Amino acid sequence: MKSRFFPLLITFLVFIAIYAFCYYHFSSFGSMRVVCNLLRDNAHLGIAAIGMTFVIISGGIDLSVGSVIAFTGVFCALMITREGMDPRLVFAIVLGMGTIFGAVMGVFIYYLKIPAFIVTLSGMFLARGMAYVLTTESIRITHPLYIRVSKLVYIFPDKGRFTFAAGAFLAVLVLGIYIAHFTRFGRNVYAIGGNDTAALMMGVPVGRTTIMVYTLSSFLATFAGIVLSLAKRSGDSTITVGAEMDVIAAVVIGGTLLTGGVGYVIGTFIGVLLPGVIRTYLTLDGSLSPWWIKIVIGVLLFGFIAMQKLLSTRPKLFSFRRQTRPANVSTA
Amino acid sequence: MVEMEKQVLAPVNEHKVPNFRWSNIFRGDNRALWTLLALIIILIVDRMVSPTFFTIRMVNGRLTGSLINTLDGAAPIILLSIGMTLVIATKGVDLSVGAVMAICAAVAAVLINRHEAGSDNILYYPGFVILIAILAGALCGLWNGILVALFDIQPIIATLILMVAGRGIAQMITEGQSPTFTDETLAYIGQGTIFGMPFPVYVAGIALVVVFLLVRRTALGLLIESVGINSKASHYTGVNAASIKLFVYIISGICAAIAGLVVAGENTYADPHTAGQWSELDAIVAVVIGGTLLSGGRFNLLLSAVGALIIQSLRIGLYISDLHPNANLVVKAIVILLVLLLQSKEFKQTIGRLFKPILKLKAIFK
Repeated sequence: MKSRFFPLLITFLVFIAIYAFCYYHFSSFGSMRVVCNLLRDNAHLGIAAIGMTFVIISGGIDLSVGSVIAFTGVFCALMITREGMDPRLVFAIVLGMGTIFGAVMGVFIYYLKIPAFIVTLSGMFLARGMAYVLTTESIRITHPLYIRVSKLVYIFPDKGRFTFAAGAFLAVLVLGIYIAHFTRFGRNVYAIGGNDTAALMMGVPVGRTTIMVYTLSSFLATFAGIVLSLAKRSGDSTITVGAEMDVIAAVVIGGTLLTGGVGYVIGTFIGVLLPGVIRTYLTLDGSLSPWWIKIVIGVLLFGFIAMQKLLSTRPKLFSFRRQTRPANVSTA
Repeated sequence: MVEMEKQVLAPVNEHKVPNFRWSNIFRGDNRALWTLLALIIILIVDRMVSPTFFTIRMVNGRLTGSLINTLDGAAPIILLSIGMTLVIATKGVDLSVGAVMAICAAVAAVLINRHEAGSDNILYYPGFVILIAILAGALCGLWNGILVALFDIQPIIATLILMVAGRGIAQMITEGQSPTFTDETLAYIGQGTIFGMPFPVYVAGIALVVVFLLVRRTALGLLIESVGINSKASHYTGVNAASIKLFVYIISGICAAIAGLVVAGENTYADPHTAGQWSELDAIVAVVIGGTLLSGGRFNLLLSAVGALIIQSLRIGLYISDLHPNANLVVKAIVILLVLLLQSKEFKQTIGRLFKPILKLKAIFK
């Protein structure tokens, strides 16, 4: 077995163990209802997390996704409800805006050599601020298309409702796996994450790939915003505050190394579902306090990072005077 | 031979403090000028927006005015930016300061409530409560430091753990409530005045001076910079990089704890959800505006404090202006980007290239 699959394997095992534990306590975890709800409730996080996986594999970070999701929702709601525009046209416009937004961030990061952390942080302020400027109210959307989409449901025999959001999540997942492992762009992303100087010397278009990675992330975040808007049938500028941290945590739990170069989209899928399973468990249990979810996610994060560390630097973990890894310093 | 060695070593021993000069306090080419200029411009714009911006009056033994409010409001950001500057100088970043603020405020509020409830335990006396809260902050910093220095985990991620879990811990401490308190000592930290000046300003000022002297009057600052520039090279020259990193994260935790106490004292309650929310980003931005690079190395505490003042005067200016109140974040993003562009070498080169044809034309017409 290749050692690079090991973090992924651990993620799967932990997920199965936790799911089995939940199933042991509440048999409803075996029903399609819980599974479908898991997919539906985490769809927007999951879609954004798949974009974030590419960013982190390339050795960068994108803090703007939560704000982009919120901006998209508000923009759609305003244009459809107040301006009476056709939703399909609005979706096309907002996807275009998201794409340009990501490309501009990529240009700042690659050509002006400003750390991704700060560029995407300003992007986060900008997108959230634009959402606030548009409106701070929550707007309901009652367009017929939204109603039609909300009725696009496959109902399982045990009343599990496989909604449009869940379907979109799975579709983006398949697409993400395809892009990561079966396209030239995907291989380039892995290459620049592993070592961008070496990648450049091998003829990988580092600049174009870097810009495309941030473009993809913003595009998917915008798409996540549309999916959330369709699911909630409303736009609100105060939603998904801090979602970028949940997304990054999901990617890390999914076995992607933050130093770049190593990671799997399917791992991110598990990393998104894992906190969702714990949240469902806490809701079903009812006696445990809500703050445990944050602490458990923190513990999980620590566990996975410590494990990755153990795998990559086994022999000298506790030697106090040990060195940091040289040269590999592409992130902010 | 021995004689020669002595001669070589002697001057080094005499100058234990390398190149310290008071004229050098705003170190770093002309970055200091740009940053100060930005502050002055924003203050002038504030003055244009509100004619009474520079007016300071004495009301009930307390100075009031927008300028004083700016200083008062900037105090927590300055406190955070002190620790953040040191952390960023070692090529790290501390995302957990907001959560640490919440934890320490929660600890202080919960303990002081036991004192108010009539408990005689000496640990619940205000002085001890403050001490315990600061200790809690130091512990949080120690945790971050251990992850970064000993486990060699990327700082963004190492501190992300506490950022995510910290709010949960704060909620656990307050049992999901936002405890209010009436203790005067704790409230004084946020609301008190000395000679009319708000107490938080003194807290931030003293912390700034103490840490400044600590890093600049000893070799510590130099060691921090050397670890940030090249951790490996400093190790070979005998710098204990791990201890330096541990130290800066602990200082950051302590600064966050004090900032948390200031905010809690101001509100006389500790809200585990909103205390210090987004303040980690404010602190990072203050440090970056102050000219300390995220890639580590040279740092300047005083300019970080100026950066914090810029952020706060921007915020106050937007408050009192007729501008859309929700445009705050947009303006902030644009200002950050402008400052970053001014600092980016690549941007200056690009601009230079754009102007080259014009210069050539000039040369021809001469």
